[in-house]
Amino acid sequence: MSTTAHGESAPVADRGPRPAPSPAAKKIGGVLGWFDDRTGLAKPVRYLMHKVFPDHWSFMLGEVAMYSMVVALLTGVFLTLWFIPSAGHVEYTGSYIGLNGIHMSEAYKSTLDISFDVKGGLLIRQIHHWSANFFIAAVGLHACRIFFTGAFRKPREINWVIGTILLLLACIEGFAGYSLPDDLLSGTGIRVMEGFVQSAPIIGSYLAYFIFDGAFPGEAIIPRLYIAHVLLVPAILVGLVAAHLVLVVVTKHTQYPGPGRTNENVVGFPVMPVYAAKAGGFFFIVFGIIALTSALVTINPVWMYGPYDPSLVTADSQPDWYMGFADGALRLLPGWLEFSALGYTLSLNLALGSIVLLPVAFGLMGAYPFLEAWVTGDKREHHLLDRPRNTPTRTAIGMAAITCYLVMFLAAGNDLMAIKMGLSINDITRVLQVLFFLGPIIAFIVTKRICLSLQRQDRELALHGRESGRIVATPDGRFYEAHEPIDKYTMWNLVDYDAPKPLELTSGEDARGVKSPTAKSEKRRAAWSRFYFSDRIPPVTPGEVAAAHHDGHGHEAIEGGHREAVGSGSHSAGH
Amino acid sequence: MNDNDNRPAHGHESPSGGTAVSLEHGHVAGSGNVPDRFENPGLPPHQPRHADVDPKAAKRAERQVLALFTLSILGTLGFVIAYFAIDIEAMTFFPFFGHVSVLHVLLGVTMALSLLGIGLGAVHWAKTLMPDHESIEERHPIHAAPADREGFVDTLADGGEKAQLGRRPMIGVLGGTALGLFAVPPLLQVLGGLGPVPGSQLAETFWKGGMRLVRDPEMTPIRADEVTLGSVFHVLPEGIDGETVHGRPDSETRNDEDLGVLERKAKAVVLLMRLDPSQFQSQKARDWGYQGIVAYNKICTHAGCPVGLYEQQTHHLLCPCHQSTFDVTQDCKVIFGPAKRPLPQLKITVDDEGYLVSTQGFMEPVGPSYWERS
Repeated sequence: MSTTAHGESAPVADRGPRPAPSPAAKKIGGVLGWFDDRTGLAKPVRYLMHKVFPDHWSFMLGEVAMYSMVVALLTGVFLTLWFIPSAGHVEYTGSYIGLNGIHMSEAYKSTLDISFDVKGGLLIRQIHHWSANFFIAAVGLHACRIFFTGAFRKPREINWVIGTILLLLACIEGFAGYSLPDDLLSGTGIRVMEGFVQSAPIIGSYLAYFIFDGAFPGEAIIPRLYIAHVLLVPAILVGLVAAHLVLVVVTKHTQYPGPGRTNENVVGFPVMPVYAAKAGGFFFIVFGIIALTSALVTINPVWMYGPYDPSLVTADSQPDWYMGFADGALRLLPGWLEFSALGYTLSLNLALGSIVLLPVAFGLMGAYPFLEAWVTGDKREHHLLDRPRNTPTRTAIGMAAITCYLVMFLAAGNDLMAIKMGLSINDITRVLQVLFFLGPIIAFIVTKRICLSLQRQDRELALHGRESGRIVATPDGRFYEAHEPIDKYTMWNLVDYDAPKPLELTSGEDARGVKSPTAKSEKRRAAWSRFYFSDRIPPVTPGEVAAAHHDGHGHEAIEGGHREAVGSGSHSAGH
Repeated sequence: MNDNDNRPAHGHESPSGGTAVSLEHGHVAGSGNVPDRFENPGLPPHQPRHADVDPKAAKRAERQVLALFTLSILGTLGFVIAYFAIDIEAMTFFPFFGHVSVLHVLLGVTMALSLLGIGLGAVHWAKTLMPDHESIEERHPIHAAPADREGFVDTLADGGEKAQLGRRPMIGVLGGTALGLFAVPPLLQVLGGLGPVPGSQLAETFWKGGMRLVRDPEMTPIRADEVTLGSVFHVLPEGIDGETVHGRPDSETRNDEDLGVLERKAKAVVLLMRLDPSQFQSQKARDWGYQGIVAYNKICTHAGCPVGLYEQQTHHLLCPCHQSTFDVTQDCKVIFGPAKRPLPQLKITVDDEGYLVSTQGFMEPVGPSYWERS
């Protein structure tokens, strides 16, 4: 029932005798033959067409990211035909009556022209902005999927690092993009950027003057952001996405564990025809949903903000959502973090939330696979994903990080929350300041407990089967609910995972455990290993199931996930 | 170190037999009669879909796919018609959506139909009519064979040998240094050309002594008696728009007179308020103001946003960017939020004609902090 495709070097095995080619196939063969004579691509392309991709809804997130990036690139090219990246002053005389006679930059005027005077221009602008939002959201969710399923483990650490860089670049690209129209909101964003660049110790004011070619706002920032936005960053983005995809092909896709799925195979559907249709069609679905959203939901109505003027500001000024966490960090940091001494000023209240936060957050994210691999000492290749519940500590770390992010993100809307909910902005900010430290700890503990409970529930199901809803009365007058055993496929889903034990310092499995210069680091590592693995629910073994069945309805005999698995075949005492 | 040495049970040998799969990820086989781990049961039996067994269902699926593709074609036609038929200025009102451009909405919706028809059609086709038997592809270790790895290292070492790097080390040293330095000229060019050094510009503004306070944007001077209790004015120094210069430029303000209007405004904008003089908690506010009229720089000392909101009842100034709150009755010191320093005050008085004028420029740098700000 299955086709077996071989590795890179071997040709794909033929499936039976081939029917005589139809005239159409001959003709295509002629054209393709012409190309193959000159490129030799028939073999690698055929290999790719037979490539198998596993199926799961969560694998779609990366596709959404890639497709919305393509949509953003396409519409971005359209916009360059009309957008003028210049701060040169002009008087507006276009179709939007509300701004008639107002002096503004050419960038803002051309954005208004795209929105009001180019037929369909507003649609392209809205699709561009929406696709950028879809892109960044999808990259973020895709990263979450990779993290919580452990897909970043060997041999995919490089792709995790590339993905981290892509997420950072996507945010930067988005920031540069929404700064270009030079409306009052985007100018305020640049103003804050200038403010935090200036907060860099020693070189801050020089850096700011170099970026802006002198005093803020100057006339250089728009053309400079423009070339970064349309050439520099997209070129790096596209290059990294290409490398990302090549590595996916080289390492083959991961798959969720399940019956028939092993660490040595990929079970799924071949590119031709199933994935070509599904993934190809999915591009149009993503594009279509973005177009529909753009038609119905206005995003960034720049005409309502007016041209940028450094002395003016709109109420509830907020960056695009993906920069919200950094803006929120700026709102949470207290003013006493600014220090002056010896005639110099160190503005940590600004620097910590910006020029420190971004590299540290993304640096930790990029480093996580290496940190976890160091703790676990695991050097195997992993192609089967983890169910998040089966790695409680990792899942808890991820939820703690997300909580931290959400607290900062919510802080960026502290003014909106205060207005909409009638609360004091001071109270909201104080609470969020506390939650920044407390929230991740709570999230960690709660998540880990939930994971362990879910694992226990799985154990329960594997050991005793499903509750049938049938109450059985025994001759001696007792009642119990009959449990139905589960089939072997469901069973496999419940038991196919690893629950490593914490490393022990004196254990013989590590030859370097003897007194050595690395003893200290080994000790640290053992402590981290305990942090990760001391709470463990081992998978049910056949012996335990046998014991449970012997025991009839007595659950208690096999309880206790913390303890060592019940010895095979031995019937535990009691009952 | 060998990649797999700590898990001897794990190997890359292909599973023996066609469908029998070994599923160990490093688990040692158990002792005794009962196995330590469950066996991977292999792929569950294939469940045929409706369209696989019922020709009617297959026909229905085909019709659905065709309908979706037709919808796409209609969407495309609709887009073209809307593009030519509808005026760009036509507006209409939709409940919930508000006033919207008819052309924009129609173009977007028809384009979405044209795209979604293709996408949904193709996916539906794949899910209902294309084979849904799962294929199995074997994985192979990603690393090259040990012989190839050794060969790679040998070739590299051999290349170094042939290049005589070992015998003539200075070539390597100086060659490496040259390679390390060659990026300096282009980097110097681009960094050197990016912008001027700040000098003292960040510490100065357009303000100096004897400048009239003018309204923004009318650029008209303000008489002290026009500033009623509780009122707030958006104020600039006279001459900031470059057309009129009150008084002679001197070396102190030369820097800012060289700047464009927006760059001057980015530092010089001032908020003018009148309070009951008894409300001020410091003598400085009274001394630097005029009969309860005080002028403070509008640029937030945190990240540089204009401090846009004035609460007349509490006399608080609020920055809408990060919610720093300044109390006008306490020398504009920060009472909440991420800013540290108070907003700088501009010392004002009135001239012979009763107009408000500055008596001196700002005595400290305005706006966000920076390293060399004392």
